[in-house]
Amino acid sequence: MRPLITATGLLLGWELLVWLTGLPVYMLPPPSTVAVVMVERLGLLLEQASWTASEMVLGLVLGLLLGACLAIALAASTAWRRWALPVVIVSQAIPVIAIAPLLVVWLGYGMASKVAMAALVIFFPVASTLYDGLRRTDPGWVDLARTMGASPRALLLQIRLPAALPAFASGARIAAAVAPIGAVIGEWVGASAGLGYLMTQSLARGQTPLAFAALVLLCLLGLALYYATDWVGRRLVPWQPTQGD
Amino acid sequence: MVRGARIAFGERVVADDLTLGFAAGRTTCLLGRSGVGKTSLLRLLAGLLPGTQPSRDVAYMAQSDLLLPWLPVIDNVLLGYRLRGNAAALRAAGPRARDLLGQVGLGSRLNDLPQTLSGGMRQRAALARTLCEDRAIVLMDEPFAHLDAVTRLELQDLAARLLAGRTVVLVTHDPLEALRLGHEVRVLSGQPVRAGPPIEPDGPVPRDPAAPGMLVLQAGLLAELRAHAR
Repeated sequence: MRPLITATGLLLGWELLVWLTGLPVYMLPPPSTVAVVMVERLGLLLEQASWTASEMVLGLVLGLLLGACLAIALAASTAWRRWALPVVIVSQAIPVIAIAPLLVVWLGYGMASKVAMAALVIFFPVASTLYDGLRRTDPGWVDLARTMGASPRALLLQIRLPAALPAFASGARIAAAVAPIGAVIGEWVGASAGLGYLMTQSLARGQTPLAFAALVLLCLLGLALYYATDWVGRRLVPWQPTQGD
Repeated sequence: MVRGARIAFGERVVADDLTLGFAAGRTTCLLGRSGVGKTSLLRLLAGLLPGTQPSRDVAYMAQSDLLLPWLPVIDNVLLGYRLRGNAAALRAAGPRARDLLGQVGLGSRLNDLPQTLSGGMRQRAALARTLCEDRAIVLMDEPFAHLDAVTRLELQDLAARLLAGRTVVLVTHDPLEALRLGHEVRVLSGQPVRAGPPIEPDGPVPRDPAAPGMLVLQAGLLAELRAHAR
């Protein structure tokens, strides 16, 4: 109930601000105008939103897979870790927004460059949280498994990996929160569809209310992605007690 | 049998030229104060120290139950078979694991997750897991230290009954526990650590804490532990 009251209060304040200052619509459209545009152009907005949502989800899945594979590879082999870790860290030092135009050149204006973009911002938090989790296995479990004659492979797959799942779940939550950034940056730099594309187009034409409507949908998409990931994460680690909400 | 063992962590020498024999099929309790090197010695026996290899005929039970929170109780008991990845052996061990869980009073909790069990129940599940490994030698590192007094007493009885016939080395800081469970009790002291002469209390294990002579022996062990104060 409380978030609803807060949201209503903020929207009323916004409406009042526009009304009092008399700002032109192309600078700051009042929420009522944005709502009208949302209803009028719902077909267009949903079409673009589904495009962006696909990019976000595909990017998230790809990023999670890449991050998980990388973390497992790093944890499994010391030799591989010495070679790969510097490369990973350097790859993260390059600002993502600087690579975005390159990705568009390589992968085109379609969905692929946005998925790659999202995956690129996602894989690092996933890899680093999961790798941390894999390194922090309870030493007692490792001892027990060794006295039981477990191979390093069995130890990794049956003990270290499940033990690191809570860490992976929190990495996935961070990933879900940053996935929209990757997708939208990709769309801004060069795209033929999507909410980010719609925003740049409508802003260039002075259709600010439409840009705001797209922004609202982006926000909703981001929230939905985050809570869906959180929900899946909780089911992945049912033994992990969660306090509060 | 340990002969001429040496354990050192950097500058700190835990054991040097230590020789200890353990009677086959009987329980030896190593009694010592915290920090004397009991756990290091047990880890040496288990082959868990750097430079050693885990032995094929040793089962290890630690202070904490080490149950995996994502596995139901029955799968935790079968952990060794799952880790070794031999499907036939895993299937064959199933009935035995159920039987052991029945014997420790968890026959109705086979498919529950460990978090739903009390501390005593969890330690009983860990005992069942240790026994399910079916090794000739069982090493126990203060396995009942975290439990309340009554639960500890009950688990000692259970352990003594189920471990009968195996070669057990149990380290503890509790003189009463050593006297209840050990066919032979040896006091560990000093740095590097030395083992005192074997003490063999009368009667079968588990001994009744109220049996005559227990209090006297316990007082004697306490006095000996105190005399070795660092």
